[in-house]
Amino acid sequence: MLKIDNLHVRVAGREILKGLSLEAKAGEVHAIMGPNGAGKSTLGNVLAGREGYEVTAGTVEFEGQNLLELAPEERAAAGVFLAFQYPVEIPGVNNTYFLRAALNAQRRQRGEAELDSMQFLKKVREKLAVLHLKDELLHRAVNEGFSGGEKKRNEIFQLALLEPKLAILDETDSGLDIDAMKLVADGVNAMRDPARSFLVITHYQRLLDYIVPDVVHVLAEGRIVESGDRTLAHELEAHGYGWVAGRHAPAGAA
Amino acid sequence: MATERIQMESELRDRLRAPATGNEAVEAALSRRYDAGFVTDIESDSLPPGLDEGTVRAISARKHEPEWMTEWRLKAYRHWLTMTPPHWAKLRIGPIDFQAISYYSAPKGPKYKSLDEVPRELIETYDKLGVPLHERAKLAGVAVDAVFDSVSVGTTFQKELAAKGIVFCSMSEAVKSHPELVKKYLGTVVPQGDNYFAALNSAVFSDGSFVFIPKGVRCPMELSTYFRINAGHTGQFERTLIIAEEGASVSYLEGCTAPMRDENQLHAAVVELVALDDASIKYSTVQNWYPGDENGVGGIYNFVTKRGECRGPRSRIVWTQVETGSAITWKYPSCVLRGDDSAGEFHSVALTHHCQQADTGTKMIHIGRNTKSKIVSKGISAGRGQNTYRGLVKIEKGAEGARNHTQCDSLLIGKRCGAHTFPYIEVKNPGAIVEHEATTSKISEDQMFYCRSRGIGEEDAVSMIVDGFCKQVFRELPMEFAVEAKKLLEVSLEGAVG
Ligand SMILES: Nc1ncnc2c1ncn2[C@@H]1O[C@H](COP(=O)(O)OP(=O)(O)OP(=O)(O)O)[C@@H](O)[C@H]1O
Ligand SMILES: [Mg+2]
Repeated sequence: MLKIDNLHVRVAGREILKGLSLEAKAGEVHAIMGPNGAGKSTLGNVLAGREGYEVTAGTVEFEGQNLLELAPEERAAAGVFLAFQYPVEIPGVNNTYFLRAALNAQRRQRGEAELDSMQFLKKVREKLAVLHLKDELLHRAVNEGFSGGEKKRNEIFQLALLEPKLAILDETDSGLDIDAMKLVADGVNAMRDPARSFLVITHYQRLLDYIVPDVVHVLAEGRIVESGDRTLAHELEAHGYGWVAGRHAPAGAA
Repeated sequence: MATERIQMESELRDRLRAPATGNEAVEAALSRRYDAGFVTDIESDSLPPGLDEGTVRAISARKHEPEWMTEWRLKAYRHWLTMTPPHWAKLRIGPIDFQAISYYSAPKGPKYKSLDEVPRELIETYDKLGVPLHERAKLAGVAVDAVFDSVSVGTTFQKELAAKGIVFCSMSEAVKSHPELVKKYLGTVVPQGDNYFAALNSAVFSDGSFVFIPKGVRCPMELSTYFRINAGHTGQFERTLIIAEEGASVSYLEGCTAPMRDENQLHAAVVELVALDDASIKYSTVQNWYPGDENGVGGIYNFVTKRGECRGPRSRIVWTQVETGSAITWKYPSCVLRGDDSAGEFHSVALTHHCQQADTGTKMIHIGRNTKSKIVSKGISAGRGQNTYRGLVKIEKGAEGARNHTQCDSLLIGKRCGAHTFPYIEVKNPGAIVEHEATTSKISEDQMFYCRSRGIGEEDAVSMIVDGFCKQVFRELPMEFAVEAKKLLEVSLEGAVG
């Protein structure tokens, strides 16, 4: 599904990712943990195609094609979805309308038929039920005046509706109360599928009790410094990132 | 319940936005640029360029006007000679050579007695502009007066309206058929010498619409005028007068287009609204005069005086405008709130792209007690466009309990455009409440990336964000116009990103 090899990325003249490699197969859930400023969001942004992130070396293959040469909207249509750490407000644009425009734009790019309003609403209702979400947020403008938790849930709702192949969740659990976190985890679990992969960026191993990952990675100083099974998350919780750093002298320093 | 609400909302939205979701529709909208830019090949009877008393008399004679009308014009003309063009607006305008303009142009031939007599070329012109005039295709629920250069070519649904005592006809017709009403109201809201362009208009006005809604009548359909400039080197000077008697109400729409030409053409209109006790007038404009090309060559100079008077208590006037066209827009639809408890509103979207300049806003003059006004202005600048909001809120001494709320938002797209806000507030009554909010924002990279990461392409993302920005104003427009307005913004913003 996703193969990142030796990725180097500069942002605002500074190298942030310094040789990151990661491979996720279809159906896998990969957790990415790591200290603040390590480059986790940068990775998400680069994968989604944000401007201003300059790839200076390395490759990213998504389902066999070079992801880096696609525009953000093309990546979306190809099946990449980023749930934002800080979802953006778009005043005056109705949430339902936005979602339908997004879904149909993707379908158009894939050469699929667009959904009319009845088909779309049917889908919306299905997904609302699965996520146990109330529909009130759908009548409001995109993220406008949403609470932090509502914004995150809205991201998951978009994820459910757009049904991507690769979902990158950037700290979707941050700022959620415990009930909301469970709801989000349920939503993600409901979407787990042999054909869908997840990169779950989080600071808390608690989330991983609900979304059980196949692999846990530690991202520090711009590269993956440690990968393991879910017990790695427990170790991190117990010992902190210093523990990882102690076990592996940073390769860049050598 | 809730899902029904989604459905309703979504269906409403489908109507509003259908064009944005259909691939072909978007392509068509984006590729059409200024598709009203064609010229109709029809022989016209025009006055030679130039302006003097003889010109004024000639216009009046061409229109077979009564003596009092000719005198009214001449009085305005003589006053105009004593005036100088205004320079206070934040506009860069080359000098206008008023002697180089032809002040009258009309399709050749006798005046059409009914729509059946209107030549095919003209009917086709309006068809092409989306304004069908012929019997079978008339717009449902909208009566249209079609003005071509200096004359009205026809008005639909006149009989149906007359049955209710409503008069909806061209101004030239009204001067003859309802002289007592014209005499009573013309120039009472915008006097002949009000300002330079209003004086010019009063002298040479060509055609426009006349609307009279008698006491207690609610006009059963939207009334609309479609203004079209066709001939080169001509100006259009339309004059519109709308009167709503006690308890009457009407919604009036105005649309405008012109061919693409590399000369600047002058459009100097005057619109007067009179609302008597408990009457209400809603006046909506979608202005799409040719804006000039991306280098600022050509385009219409749009100098317009629009003013409504809430003459009676509890009357209400609402101006809604979407200004996407013209090289220069100079326009301040205003409300004189004379009657106690009367209310005025102004909702505006003004877009300037490429080299367009707009200096627009409103004046709310509170005279009566408990008068209320509301101003919502949305300015969008792209390219090298310059967009100025200029608004006056004046509370006179006797306007006990007056209230105003002004919201003024500017959106910038790109780095070379400008947005400016000049709110003037004069309060002579200490009890009045006047509130002013202003914001300036940019379409942020975050918003763009958010949309694109969901699959929405750049152009669509911009028009979606802009549409959201304008939502408050579009809501005020009748449905068909809201669709048109949204499309226009999309087309006008073409090439604004990237
Ligand atoms: N647009 C930008 N301009 C300048 N610096 C940036 C930009 N984006 C990221 N950075 C820098 O890159 C580094 C990595 O940032 P990133 O957001 O990827 O960290 P993170 O691992 O997601 O951290 P957190 O856990 O706090 O979310 C930080 O030092 C950050 O300041
Ligand atoms: Mg982050």
